[in-house]
Amino acid sequence: MIKFLLMVNKQGQTRLSKYYEQVELGKRAALEADVVRGCLARRKEECSFVEYKDYKLVYRQYAALFIVVGISENENELSIYELVHNFVEVLDKYFSRVSELDVSFTSKNTYYVLLTKLV
Amino acid sequence: MSDVVEKTLSALPGLFDSQTGAAKITNRLKQLIKSITELTSKHEEENLMKQELCAMKEQVSSPNTSMRQMREVMVRAMYCEMLGYDASFTYIHAIKLAQQGGVLEKRVGYLAVSLFLSEGHELLLLLVNTVLKDLQSTNLIEACMALTVVAQVFPKDMIPAVLPLVEDKLSHPKEIIRRKAVLALYKFYLFAPNQVQHIHAKFRKALCDKDPGVMTASLHIYLQLIRESPDAYKDLTSSFVAILKQVVGGKLPMDFHYHNVPAPWLQIQLLRILSLLGREDQSTSELMYEVLDESLRRAEMNHNITYAILYECVKAVYTIHPKADLLEKAARCIGNFVLSPKINLKYLGLKALTYVVQHDAKLALQHQMTIIECLDHSDFTIKRETLELLFRITNAQNVTVIVEKMLDFLRGCSDEHTIIHLVGKVAELAEKFAPDNSWFIQTMSDVFSIGGDLLQQDVPNNFLRLLAEGSESKEEDDELRLYAVDSYLTVLKEDASQLPQHFLQVMSWVLGEYSHLQECVDQREVIRLLTKLLDQRSVSSETRVWILSALTKISEGQTDLILDLAESLSSSQDTVLRQQALELRHLSQDSQLHGWVLPRGAPWDSMEVDSSLSFLDGFVSEALAAGAAPYKPPHQRQEELSEERALNLEPYSFSLPVSFSSCSMTDRQSPTLLSVSSGLSGNSTELSQKESSSTLILEGVKRVWGKDGYLPQKETAATAPPVDEPSVAVHPSGQQEAAERKEPQPEPSTQNLDKQQLASSLFVGLGAQSSISLLGKSEAPPPRFRKKPRPHESSSSSGTSERSSDSSSRSSHSTTDSFLYGSLLEEEPATSISTPKSTTANGLGQSKHTEGDRRANTSQILGSDMVIVRPNTIQDKHPPSASSDLIALLPPELKDLPHSDVVSLTSDPSLSLASCRMFRDEALLLVIFICNSTETVIKDVAVQLTCEELETASLRGNVVDCLEGKSTSVCHYALLMDEPHTSVSFSGTVSYQTQPGHTNTLPFSGTLSTADFIRPLVVTTEEYGKLWLSLSHDVKQNLKLLTDAGGDPLRTTLDALKDALQLHVVDIIGSEGIVACRLLSGAPCLLHCRVNGAALAMWLRSPHPALPDCILYHCQRALAEH
Repeated sequence: MIKFLLMVNKQGQTRLSKYYEQVELGKRAALEADVVRGCLARRKEECSFVEYKDYKLVYRQYAALFIVVGISENENELSIYELVHNFVEVLDKYFSRVSELDVSFTSKNTYYVLLTKLV
Repeated sequence: MSDVVEKTLSALPGLFDSQTGAAKITNRLKQLIKSITELTSKHEEENLMKQELCAMKEQVSSPNTSMRQMREVMVRAMYCEMLGYDASFTYIHAIKLAQQGGVLEKRVGYLAVSLFLSEGHELLLLLVNTVLKDLQSTNLIEACMALTVVAQVFPKDMIPAVLPLVEDKLSHPKEIIRRKAVLALYKFYLFAPNQVQHIHAKFRKALCDKDPGVMTASLHIYLQLIRESPDAYKDLTSSFVAILKQVVGGKLPMDFHYHNVPAPWLQIQLLRILSLLGREDQSTSELMYEVLDESLRRAEMNHNITYAILYECVKAVYTIHPKADLLEKAARCIGNFVLSPKINLKYLGLKALTYVVQHDAKLALQHQMTIIECLDHSDFTIKRETLELLFRITNAQNVTVIVEKMLDFLRGCSDEHTIIHLVGKVAELAEKFAPDNSWFIQTMSDVFSIGGDLLQQDVPNNFLRLLAEGSESKEEDDELRLYAVDSYLTVLKEDASQLPQHFLQVMSWVLGEYSHLQECVDQREVIRLLTKLLDQRSVSSETRVWILSALTKISEGQTDLILDLAESLSSSQDTVLRQQALELRHLSQDSQLHGWVLPRGAPWDSMEVDSSLSFLDGFVSEALAAGAAPYKPPHQRQEELSEERALNLEPYSFSLPVSFSSCSMTDRQSPTLLSVSSGLSGNSTELSQKESSSTLILEGVKRVWGKDGYLPQKETAATAPPVDEPSVAVHPSGQQEAAERKEPQPEPSTQNLDKQQLASSLFVGLGAQSSISLLGKSEAPPPRFRKKPRPHESSSSSGTSERSSDSSSRSSHSTTDSFLYGSLLEEEPATSISTPKSTTANGLGQSKHTEGDRRANTSQILGSDMVIVRPNTIQDKHPPSASSDLIALLPPELKDLPHSDVVSLTSDPSLSLASCRMFRDEALLLVIFICNSTETVIKDVAVQLTCEELETASLRGNVVDCLEGKSTSVCHYALLMDEPHTSVSFSGTVSYQTQPGHTNTLPFSGTLSTADFIRPLVVTTEEYGKLWLSLSHDVKQNLKLLTDAGGDPLRTTLDALKDALQLHVVDIIGSEGIVACRLLSGAPCLLHCRVNGAALAMWLRSPHPALPDCILYHCQRALAEH
């Protein structure tokens, strides 16, 4: 089960967030900050999965942009890892060479892509 | 670039704003984002956002704002919310936008709604009409958007309103609409399963849809359905296998390929479904062996996604009924994972290994060196996963090393969540496998000091309970307690200011309770230490209370010290402390009272609590006499409130002689009372009503509780034979044997010697020990089997021991295996080969069988517990041929009971098992026939049955000392269901000895449906009426009405239900019928049925919250099958 999907840049600014499980507005910021810190602290040679509270985080870095997916314990991490890549491929095609700015300036459209891909 | 991308893009309706329009509209957003990005401090950001929100508020409330501008505001509001700033004032406008705007506005509106509003938000109700309108729209995009939003957020209560429309969409010509409709239904199923029960047939249609996308979407629903009740969907196995075969074979259009792998996520989904279907089911598993093999073979390409599929495949292979060559291939796959240089794969390999060792602990042995390396890996996640794996393979021999590793890790770990989680595991391991007292106490001290105050409260609680309750031998307990006292005194003598509160609490409790055991320590010293703690500032007030209680316990005879203390604390700010100090002073002055209040070393379980509060009876009756209103439990009050509000909730009042006013409030019977009323002192205010209703409910139930408590039933206890379970005779395989065992493949000499040593201590005892203890699932400490002394033991050769390992790889391995490894180093390679072989042989050979003669046991119900009963010693000598003959040979007192067909459970070359359910009034009897198919005598047959959902605590195995050739023994279990489940599965093992000293085990399993546990409840219409009012939980649902039989449809339907579910039809009046049943001797369930057009409106009520749902489910199934 996917719990949430975040797109965050290296400075820790959220570019896109989508929660599939209810998280209070006030708690989101703290959670996002935690998640980003957890992912940024990891080195290249370490694996792309981090344990965070009850979730597993799967993250993938594209230039300065991180895509982080929070999943439940029993999910297949590697398949999510590839799903993220698939999502980025779609974005890339849609924006023809996607960049961080595309994602944030036209977040509406990014949401549409996301909705079409993952209900 | 992959083809899946193309597919997704083409699915996106091409309605995005044109490039220029988008630029204009997002201009302000762009500015906002830019300025935020340039800001340096959080404070500035907050200011800017405040301004922005104000501007937006103005804009949305201005009447001049056009739809187009509103759309732009929405996008900005989304951005603000994403950054965590509340923009709730825009919610209502988002809904408006979805309602009134054109397609573009609608789209933004819906998007905003799905991001802003969560389930249960009150504004969602306003959306219902819009969604309804759009669902009916002929515009494809509008319908599409409506379905998307329905699948995201929708108020639960409004599902019936849109359900028919969504259902219609299942046959829409466009596949994207069909797909979205299926996903919407999936969502509905997730939070209101009852509402979509009637469209299961349509799900099947979706599964067969010609568009693979729609089929994929339907798999989500099936995965969920099958997770809940795998048995109901076994028939679909072949379809899933066929789909997977086509996918793996590349039959899908190229659109679905991702990096040349056909529909990988679909494959993963299918593999998950198959593993659920094939679990513990040999015949179903056989259907999928081929395709699993194919999947393992196909997924050879070197890409992440193929590894993801492989991982799922491996999990499936190890979940379903085992097949040797598949297991071997899967094991090789895991090897590739674990050895991979890619860190992500290594992680996945460890995870797979963690899963697999639950079934086959030996696999960990092959990878021991890798595991050791991972343990020292720099990556935190990898280390964490490795510890998880080690936790699963812990046994009594390697526990010290593993726990040490875990504690090491914990000392260097700062993540709270991990600490809490892991510390709990260490505590669990320590309790389960502790080799000696000193180690145990030391480890627990570490747990408390590392876990600190993050620790879950149940860890110290469990520890204290363990100390207090003790085991069988008093000396051992005292030794443990003494050790604890000693070590805590040492700890306290040093600086205690940094210790966590939980640890201090545990220490003070232990010292208070047991310090008298230690004679060489002066009590004054203990008091001094504890008093010193009280003075420390870091000690919380809760801990102070613990310490003071401890002091109270040991204060006897030390009046001078205590009085000082009490004096100083009696002016404390904390009222609880002050009260305790006063008590302490009082008690220390009156040693007689002290001895009475706090008896030293009193048995732990002598505490009695009068839970019925009967001592208040006098008070209550006085209050009642003085005119107080009688007490009503909360749910009853609730119900009355709702009744007063609603006008027409009384469906059959006309048929009842009891008028509405006469069943007024005081006349009601609370459901809880029914269970108490058999003699325990109940609530004295309602005594007068008790009599009538208790006879009604408890009909046919043995009274086992009288005024004096439990009424003992003489026969049962007296005749029960000493249960001697020779099943899994655990050989205390010595360290030396096991140490040899753990190195099946001689490691290259280049390996680091340290690591080898570590490995040997980590993997000690794997495989040689009963694998039951390795199962992470078994929460309780492993059952202690008593080993029967056998004179032949020493003469057993390794040849015969192969036979004993002939048990399923999942069941407990006979420990006689250790003979194989016992003595000779040179034989090691041979050993490691022979073991898998013998497992294989048995995995395949389980289907041959016949049956023999039997021995009967009679059963008796003890109290309300599920209990087994005495095996009696009649042995029939007729070898029956057909299973129906088995019934004929039941003991006479059971023969007349209604019963099900005899079903074969499992078999191996020596024994075959069959079962039959017999419906007794007060319990379900599960009769198990054990047939000896060989000509030789089988000895020490012991059956163990477990069932998690039923009350299993008191289940015990039936034992037959000796089962002659071609004979059958019968044992039976009485099962009671307290908590309704739609179906429950039971499993168990039979252990037996074909030759002395060699225990074989044969696992079996099966399922029972709630229908087995339901009995008719015979009541009159009047009683029914009274009971109906007293029940609180209800469920309503429309069911199918059977009209085909020609007669009265209501009567036909009720008769069909009666046949299927053992209901009692109380009365049928016109178009309404009332039916009653109960869950064995427990909760009643009343059903009220009314013909409503072509449907049957069913209204169920029960005191138990889950029971109506269960019964409704079975009614639906019964009618569907009819």
